[in-house]
Amino acid sequence: MANSKSDSSPSATPGSPRLDKSAVAKVAELSRLKLSDAELESISQQLSMVLANFEQLAEVNTQDVEPMVTPTDLTLRLREDRVERREPAEAFLENAPDRSGNLFKVPPVVG
Amino acid sequence: MSSETRFGAYEPVIGIEIHVQLQTKSKMFCTDSTAFASGDNECVCEVCTGMPGALPTVNRTAIEYAVKTGLALGCTIREKSVFSRKQYFYPDLPKGYQISQFDLPLCENGRVEFFHDGKKKSIEIIRAHVEEDAGKSTHQGDCSLINLNRASVPLLEIVSGPDLRGPEEAAEYARTVHKMVQYLEICDGNLEEGSFRCDCNVSVRKRGDPKFGTRVEIKNINSFRFVEKAIEYEILRQIDAVESGEKIRQETRLYDPDKNRTFAMRSKEEAHDYRYFPDPDLLPLVLNKPEIEALRAKLPEMPLARAARFQAEYKLPEYDSQVLTAEKDLADYFEKVVRASGNAKAASNWVMTELLRELNDSKKTVNQSPISAEHLGEMIALIDKGTISGKIAKTVFAEMWTSGKAPELIVKEKGLVQITDTSAIEKSIDEVLAANPKELADYRGGKEKLFGFFVGQVMKATKGQASPDLVNQLLKAKLKG
Ligand SMILES: [Zn+2]
Repeated sequence: MANSKSDSSPSATPGSPRLDKSAVAKVAELSRLKLSDAELESISQQLSMVLANFEQLAEVNTQDVEPMVTPTDLTLRLREDRVERREPAEAFLENAPDRSGNLFKVPPVVG
Repeated sequence: MSSETRFGAYEPVIGIEIHVQLQTKSKMFCTDSTAFASGDNECVCEVCTGMPGALPTVNRTAIEYAVKTGLALGCTIREKSVFSRKQYFYPDLPKGYQISQFDLPLCENGRVEFFHDGKKKSIEIIRAHVEEDAGKSTHQGDCSLINLNRASVPLLEIVSGPDLRGPEEAAEYARTVHKMVQYLEICDGNLEEGSFRCDCNVSVRKRGDPKFGTRVEIKNINSFRFVEKAIEYEILRQIDAVESGEKIRQETRLYDPDKNRTFAMRSKEEAHDYRYFPDPDLLPLVLNKPEIEALRAKLPEMPLARAARFQAEYKLPEYDSQVLTAEKDLADYFEKVVRASGNAKAASNWVMTELLRELNDSKKTVNQSPISAEHLGEMIALIDKGTISGKIAKTVFAEMWTSGKAPELIVKEKGLVQITDTSAIEKSIDEVLAANPKELADYRGGKEKLFGFFVGQVMKATKGQASPDLVNQLLKAKLKG
């Protein structure tokens, strides 16, 4: 089911946006990135600065402006439903860190 | 018992999300084959394995199938829809996101109607959007094994409103949508192989309460019977919990058919963490009105409309019309029999009793029937012309089932033509009466029930080929003496 878009966007006060450590920790967890406390600290500072730059854009009045999905007027070209075979499974498996037969083998996931 | 009384003071509230696998040749966003039963990872490419720099392309047929389904569901088709990334981390999703649709889905605001318990139900369709499937992971304890053949196979997710009020009604809704996608020929409808997946959202509330209770999602249901059982179990579990003062947790549960219970799944991600945003790799999908209308013009007659037409055009009872339209192939077969025989009532009787029984017994689909619709129609015409009796027709039917031969040929080869020669039948009657003097005396003495006995004897003597009408008529005259 679709969720509200704004739910996980970090809060930032105009002028001094701040992405706190817990917001960074949450995003890191979702991306399965392991960050030390020191890294969380420095990254939250860096990301806060990035965010501050983008916050400048918030000063523009966008009322009555339709949200932009793409900057051009181009629209999608559809592809005909045809199968085109390219590489055998081996081409993809040979780069995998681990395999079992022709399956990718990964650390256990609790389903 | 109806769900109104069965759950006492509580009212179940159910919504269903159905994932329909669109039956295309190639995948949604790349040109691999969708035949995922092929060798492990034989249907993968740089796009569906998430290689850096690989770009998705959109399958036209998948979009057309989705639009047709949306139209059949009474949805509005969005002329400009957008693909979004739904991000979560799982090894069977190599890109780290699923391409789906979020705030601008292809189809919205539809309605599905069906009959349940003799009442017409109308269920809201909130939306239907296109997306790609994930790969398949097999868990082996110390490792998980990943097959990406299924990754990026096209899906249409159909989301109903929270309009369903009981397990049976919910299953009937799912069956209705299933029937529709098969009529549209956009999905093979195989539940066990995951071509049609039902996720059920279930909550309970006190009757009359305008607020919904906390909802629980049940996944992993692979038959309509299990949709019913899983929901039934979950409703009772929630009522028990509420009664004993527990709070219902918003969670995903899996249904275990062997134990007939649901159990909590370890949560992969908290809700609201998918961080959707428009996929910058894909431009907006724009469909113009003429394109949409051209697809609407191609829609087949849908099951409910077809059943209504069967009632009106062929004067069939409501129940028979529903049985005959349950599958598109069966309805097509029936209509061919009607055309070949010119007798709708007889066609419906033969299809619903003899044919369906034989098909069930031999576990065949109607398309695998050894008796073609034309042959069955011709056989009915032979009865109507008086060439064979209804009783002999059963013999012909059995022979058609085993040999697949045309009915005329069977009648000719086996000499099954009905005897309508009065003198031949009278001769048989005379012989029967002469051979059974005691019964004849009893009959004439008032035991009129013996009439049936004489009919049986004459039919036996004529190997069932005598016209039953003539036998009755002539026998009555002879018995009077
Ligand atoms: Zn691919």
